[in-house]
Formats: sequence, structure tokens, C-alpha cells
Amino acid sequence: MKKYSVFAIAREAMRGHKGWEAQWSSPEPKKEYDVIIVGAGGHGLATAYYLATVHGITNVAVLEKSWLGGGNTGRNTTIIRSNYLYDESAGIYDHALKLWDGLSQELNYNVMYSPRGVMMLAHNVHDIQVLKRHVHANRLNGIDNEWLTPEAAKEFCPPLNISRDARYPVVGAALQRRGGTARHDAVAWGYARGASARGVHIIQNCEVTGVKRAPNGAVTGVETTRGFIGAKKVGVVAAGHSSVIMNMAGVRMPLESYPLQALVSEPVKPVVPCVVMSNTVHAYISQSDKGELVIGAGTDQYVSYSQTGGLHILQHTLDAICEMFPIFTRMKMLRSWGGIVDVTPDRSPILAKTPVPGLYVNCGWGTGGFKATPGSGHVFAHTIARDDPHPINAPFTIDRFRTGRLIDEAAAAAVAH
Amino acid sequence: MLLIRCPYCEEERPELEFRNAGEAHIARSANIAGESDDDFEKFFFIRSNPKGIIYERWRHMHGCARFFNAVRDTVTDKFIMTYKAGEPKPAKLPGASK
Repeated sequence: MKKYSVFAIAREAMRGHKGWEAQWSSPEPKKEYDVIIVGAGGHGLATAYYLATVHGITNVAVLEKSWLGGGNTGRNTTIIRSNYLYDESAGIYDHALKLWDGLSQELNYNVMYSPRGVMMLAHNVHDIQVLKRHVHANRLNGIDNEWLTPEAAKEFCPPLNISRDARYPVVGAALQRRGGTARHDAVAWGYARGASARGVHIIQNCEVTGVKRAPNGAVTGVETTRGFIGAKKVGVVAAGHSSVIMNMAGVRMPLESYPLQALVSEPVKPVVPCVVMSNTVHAYISQSDKGELVIGAGTDQYVSYSQTGGLHILQHTLDAICEMFPIFTRMKMLRSWGGIVDVTPDRSPILAKTPVPGLYVNCGWGTGGFKATPGSGHVFAHTIARDDPHPINAPFTIDRFRTGRLIDEAAAAAVAH
Repeated sequence: MLLIRCPYCEEERPELEFRNAGEAHIARSANIAGESDDDFEKFFFIRSNPKGIIYERWRHMHGCARFFNAVRDTVTDKFIMTYKAGEPKPAKLPGASK
């Protein structure tokens, strides 16, 4: 792997940019690997990267049914924050946030992590109580979060409408200054490049069609559209399709998959300096470095794998955006799309060993997995390498739905579900 | 937006009139307190989440307000049929793609 630097740019400029190498290689699959990761999204690639860098396991294949980073990694609204209520969630999301800081240097790849602040609006007394509870809980966990008056919120985000005449007036806000955004594609590409340079095989257009198990139940490999590939350890990181893959291994999951939509506007000059979220009117918005307003909508109400969604969901979100930012009422929206998110009953992820020996699963990130990408990959690599969870993901077991030890962020995840 | 046929109203109506109520044909135990942890998990948390044909409950919230069941393809979102609550799971599907 040739290091990217200002000198590399100068060198390539001198010779007509003919020396840039492919960012990752596309080898033919081998017969057997030590570890197979199913799914080349951000979480899967990060897992492979940390298996190689932290645990020295480089005989790894990442199998992807279509193209790298083409699922939810390329479809989210790139928001990063760690202001979750419960200790377990705070632990894992803040672990990720700490890794975001410095990730570009670590990967030698600009992931454009921008801690521009995530501001969550309160519109009524209940919101104030909930958000203040989050502020206090976060601070006890060493996570920055502060309470703003409507005036301070407007100072932080000038286009915000704090008029008392609004249908749902802004009565306060919670601000996590370390929160922000990153360039989603660059995260997948940077991890892919780093993993590939250390010997990890990234195999695209290779769909897993079955999970093979020995008579004793242990995993022996996976059937794919490019033939059987053996491995004693298989990590499933397949987002909306996690339950489909797990079913192939005979494990029924506490998951349901829903379409989640997002949309972007025409590009405009810098106008939204931070991320603004509102649970009550349900909308979130930020501005990409290209100038598009990036707007997140809600999920459809029914299970679907269609990677699309109902138009009325987008309309509802844009109603809320126009309420919060009347300045945007005449903006044109350019594109909208949907991704399939896998949702657990308690709205917390599952990163764990499974009842099948050698089978590991990292799923259930629901509507908010992007922010966790580095932390999720880091602790999942640990879980696979040691066959034992990292203390940070130890609570996120698959059997918590039997034991009842839920991490019930459903009402506490700081977003509406 | 989906158009959904309510088997009680015998009419196709827009999705906004309906609420999805999750997977169908999951029977609640008559002795719920006596359920083992395993069985309770299966009843309460585990879902089939199929990529393909799903049997699910809907409620015609802003119409007759009654629950009914539907068969839908989760890849195309196409409704294959709807039927009244209490009717058995259809053994044969009309015009199913799979």
C-alpha cells in the first residue's frame, strides 16, 4: 500500500497521475480462510481491519453480495454522536466516537470526520425532561452534552426558527459538541484499503447462499455464488439481511427489517453549521461538504426488503424540516433512497457469539449504526479473535431476549422509533 | 404508498388508513405466566422476518378499525391477499411469485 501524502500528490502530479494504485485488490476466493466476514459494509470491513491490525489475523475474507459499501453504509445520513442514555450504550457508542477522532490518521485516508456538534431540539415539557435526563446521564458517563436555551440554540445554528408562533416551538436543546458527521463512503473505502493492504481478501459480487455446519454443529464454511468457501469462524455483519443469513445457519433472530429513507437537496452554500435533530417532529438535518442538505426520514411501518419506501414518509419529514427551518421551504430535493435496517425489540444491537460454535453476529443496529462503525468493528474483531466478547460488547448478547437483561434504548436512544 | 384491501370493508384503501401490527399467526399462550423463558422468547421476541412471503396483521385504524391478516411479498411489497382475523393461514396462495 502506497501511503497517501502531499508528496504522493506532488509526485503523481509530475507524472500525470499514472502511478495511483487500486485501493484494494480483488483476488479470487481461496478454498479456506481463518475467518469469513459476511458483508462488506463499514462494520464488516472495520471488523476485518481490526482482526488484521489488532489481532494479527490476516487470513480473512470479506464476502459481499454486491458492491463494497453499497448497502446502509452508502445510504445513511452520516451522523455521529454518543449521547445514549444507558451505561452499556454510552460505553459502545463513545468507544466508537473516540476511535472516530484520529481515524483518518490511523487509516491514512481522509474520512472527513467533522465534530461540528449534534443538537437535539426540545419542543415541549416532556422533551425538556427527557433531554435533560440524557445530559445528566451522559455527563456521569464522561460524555459531553450540554443544555441550551432557544436563543443559544439559534446562535449555534442561525437558520433555526425559534419563534414562539411555531406549531412546535423550540423550547431548548441538548448539544453534544463532539458529535458531527463523517464521509460515509470514505469510511468503507479506508477500512477496505487498510484491510486489503494487510492481506485481507475483499470479494465482491459473491453472495452467501448457505452456512455449512459439521455434525457437531460447528460452522465449517459458507456456500456462495462463487462456490464453497471454508472457515472455522464466520462473522455475520449483514445489516438488514442478518436474519436471512442467520436462518441459513438455523438460528432464528429477534429482528425485523424495515426500509429507512433519506434524501438530499440541491447543493447550496454553507447554511447549516451543525447536525440538528428533533424527535418530536421527527426530522434530522445536516449539510454535506458538497453543500447538499442531508435529511433523514423515518422507517416504514411494515417489514420490507425493497430498499425503497413510501413517499408519505418523506413528506412527513419535509413538513417537519420546513417547520424548523422556514428558510428551506422552497429548496428542491434532488434524490431520495431507502436502506433496509434490522431492528431489535430493545433497539440495541447484538454483537455476540451465537448458539452455533464458530458463528458470530453483529447486527440489530437499526436506524443508527453508522456512528458506531469503528467501535463496532473493533470489539467484534475482539469477539471473533478471542472467541469471547470485549467488555464493551459483553452486554449486547443474543440471549438477552431470553434472560430479560435488555438494554432498552427503545424509549431512551435519544431518537424516536 | 401501498393500497390495501380491507376484507371487512371489501375495498382497497390507502396505507395511511392502516396500521401494521406485526407478524400474524403467533398464538399467545393461555398460560403466559407458566411459559418457559425459551418459549416466551419465541412468542415475544423472535420473528421470522422473511425475505419473500410474509403473513402479517394489519388494522384498518381509520376505517372499520378491525384487525385482519395479509399475505405480502417483502421484496416487492405486493399484497397477494388479505383475509379476516381468525381465518386459518391460507394453504395455497393465488398468483404467488414463489
